[in-house]
Amino acid sequence: MQHVALADRPDELHDPQTFITKYVWSQDHKVIAIQYGSTAIFVGLIALVLSGLMRLQLGFPDTFDFIDPNSYLQFVTMHGMIMVIYLLTALLLGGFGNYLIPLMCGARDMVFPFMNMLSYWVYLLSVIILLASFFVPGGPTGAGWTLYPPQAILDGTPGYDWGIILMLVSLAVFIVAFTMGGLNYVTTVLQARTHGMTLMRMPLSVWGIFVATILGILAFPALLVSAIMMLLDKTLHTSFFMPAVVSLGENLSYEGGSPILFQHLFWFFGHPEVYIVALPAFGMVSDVLSVHARKNIFGYRMMVWAIVIIGALSFVVWAHHMYVSGMHPAFGFFFATTTLIIAVPTAIKVYNWVLTLWRGNIHLTVPMLFAIGFIFTFTHGGLTGLFLGNVTIDLPLSDTYFVVAHFHMVMGVSPIMVLFAAIYHWFPLMTGKMFDERLGKWHFWCTFLGTYAIYLPMHYLGFLGVPRRYFAMGTTDFIPESAQSLNAGITVAALLVGLSQLIFLYNIFKTLRSGEKSPRNPWGAASLEWQTADVPPHHGNWGKELPQVHRWAYDYSVPGAAEDFIPQNHPVTEDEQTEGH
Amino acid sequence: MSIETDKNATYTEPGVAGVVSDWAADKQAFDMPWGKLMMWIFLLSDTFIFSVFLTSYMTVRISATDAWPNASEVFALEIAGVHLPLLLIAIMTFILITSSGTMAMAVNCAYRGDKKKAVTFIVLTALFGASFVGMQAFEWTKLITEEGIRPWGNPLGAAQFGSSFFMITGFHGLHVTGGVIYLLWVARRVSTGYYDGKGLEIVEIAGLYWHFVDLVWVFIFAFFYLW
Ligand code: HEM
Ligand SMILES: [Cu+2]
Repeated sequence: MQHVALADRPDELHDPQTFITKYVWSQDHKVIAIQYGSTAIFVGLIALVLSGLMRLQLGFPDTFDFIDPNSYLQFVTMHGMIMVIYLLTALLLGGFGNYLIPLMCGARDMVFPFMNMLSYWVYLLSVIILLASFFVPGGPTGAGWTLYPPQAILDGTPGYDWGIILMLVSLAVFIVAFTMGGLNYVTTVLQARTHGMTLMRMPLSVWGIFVATILGILAFPALLVSAIMMLLDKTLHTSFFMPAVVSLGENLSYEGGSPILFQHLFWFFGHPEVYIVALPAFGMVSDVLSVHARKNIFGYRMMVWAIVIIGALSFVVWAHHMYVSGMHPAFGFFFATTTLIIAVPTAIKVYNWVLTLWRGNIHLTVPMLFAIGFIFTFTHGGLTGLFLGNVTIDLPLSDTYFVVAHFHMVMGVSPIMVLFAAIYHWFPLMTGKMFDERLGKWHFWCTFLGTYAIYLPMHYLGFLGVPRRYFAMGTTDFIPESAQSLNAGITVAALLVGLSQLIFLYNIFKTLRSGEKSPRNPWGAASLEWQTADVPPHHGNWGKELPQVHRWAYDYSVPGAAEDFIPQNHPVTEDEQTEGH
Repeated sequence: MSIETDKNATYTEPGVAGVVSDWAADKQAFDMPWGKLMMWIFLLSDTFIFSVFLTSYMTVRISATDAWPNASEVFALEIAGVHLPLLLIAIMTFILITSSGTMAMAVNCAYRGDKKKAVTFIVLTALFGASFVGMQAFEWTKLITEEGIRPWGNPLGAAQFGSSFFMITGFHGLHVTGGVIYLLWVARRVSTGYYDGKGLEIVEIAGLYWHFVDLVWVFIFAFFYLW
């Protein structure tokens, strides 16, 4: 029996009438996507400024009075948390998930638009709570984005009072928002696809977002519960995570809790979180590569299964973040093994991206440049991950700049590369206008080369033993002075990369104001989102009739076809059938 | 609005490939309204929340340095001079399980089209739920005022006893309270005819939530009161 989606019921699909219902309290997934996206980019810019401040301190110590050790720690924490949660998770799932799922699956909207709208407003609330912590007594928390107790809530850590409370509350609120959106994404993919759109015909973008959302739905509970317990430890002086502590010569009232429990819970969330940002990126980059190489994605089925397998495995590797916590060596062995097993499906994906390019008709457009940049940065970050996944190699490298370099390459820069690729790629669809290619290329080369200028030297600093989360290196025997000049160089590169993002913002705003109209389907993409009744699509997406899907999303350069791509909603011709498609 | 099914779609591949293509079905993967699937997925997420709560409880119970209080004595009632361990909690559990029964009746009536009876059973379920919360409030009061148990410590032994008890039963109690409100809201909408012509699946969806909250209670009961 077929069940009717809410958005398919004419009486439920309220056509927004006023400005407010159209653009503010909108239930349209495309508007919600743009609200999510712009809020995320806004907080992301704050995190970017914070990283610039940190780099200033590291590159030129004793120069800037307004950065002291406490504020440095606060910058580190807020930078890390904003980047991972409030920028990447929100932009990839709340932004692109919202925009692409209904359009690519051929639905009129998410299955439960009202809750989808609430999801955005609750997310905005969590952002406001987070930013409020800059203005409370003591400032934001400086516990590091991992928020490890006991130090996170004890005197001596900056922001141990209001800062940490607001951080935990904000995270809890974010999780509520994510769950409301996430339930929508998953259910829409499963139940609201159009005729002919089987799961195995969905574009990989949808697969990546879909599996990532499931990961979020199963992983965020661990963060929610640990946030609740830490809040209770902080406010009611329970001892879930707090052992007996002597602080400044004073016996605190805590006793008998388990700080290691927090680490386990945090990373049970934290590792899948890496894939929550990676899988949507994997999916979207596959689509961008295929479109701009005019060639079908290599090994579509393998790509889908790799996404699913990586998602499943990501729940059994979390303790590779805890090799130095003193756990039993047998656990270290177990988690090192599972970690290295994940490398297999991941490597398959990388091979398939490269093989998609091989003998393709590569158009070096701006989205394509970013997508190819991603293959580099991701491979690079993945290879250093193999080092850190092994217990014996991780022990000396743990908590050094090698780790900082690794995770920035693999989960900082790489998803950002894909985000830029995706923004440039779908910008004509979202706005109907074409951005300035030349500025886009400048933006790419500054970002891509700058990234390497920042993070390659950091690997070397890590080998020297320079520890992470340090305000200044001070005078240490084992770190040569040349490390400081390297740090200054990194800072210059980081500031240039930060500034080059202005090119991007300028390009966006300029195009929005006075950009030229884009052709309907400028890249010649076959997937459904470009086949809407209007471009940019209107409320309800498809006009009177839902599209009928006849093929997968990757029919590029099909021999004998009239054009070099065949949209998903074009019927299979007789010639094709005889060829056995 | 009529919905056509793809009549040409045949899935006859044997083995694993067949299973995959069945699941990859056209339009919808599960034969149920989206609301029901959404509730299932939410409950899956909620299962993880409660599992993490209970795992954490077990961990701190092991890491606690003081002795763990004897649950069956803490939760005993003294009635007419007779000492009855776990009496209140037995009654609470019984009530909650009964309410699952009335909820099932409500679903049955709804699908048979008997709106009146369905509403009656939903309201009855909500009343059972409310009385459960009432008794929980009584139990909390007794623990706090008579036994001196606080989240941060208690005279009987490990502080984690009170912390995890209040946290976990409190979180579950919030679920029950939320469920009562949800049920009353559904009952109202059913009786005012909001769902006429759309089907009464909502009753089953609310029922799923309610049964889940019951099931979780059985685990909390086992781990907290019987261990
Ligand atoms: C121009 C771009 C960026 C620069 C210059 C930058 C710079 C930094 C610096 C200097 C630190 C502190 C290192 C330390 O003292 O230990 C840091 C930490 C961190 N960054 Fe970035 N970052 C950038 C982009 C990103 C992005 C896109 C992400 C997204 C995942 C990210 C995630 C993190 C995390 C998770 C931490 C660790 C925070 C902690 O130790 O608690 N960063 N970054
Ligand atoms: Cu990890």
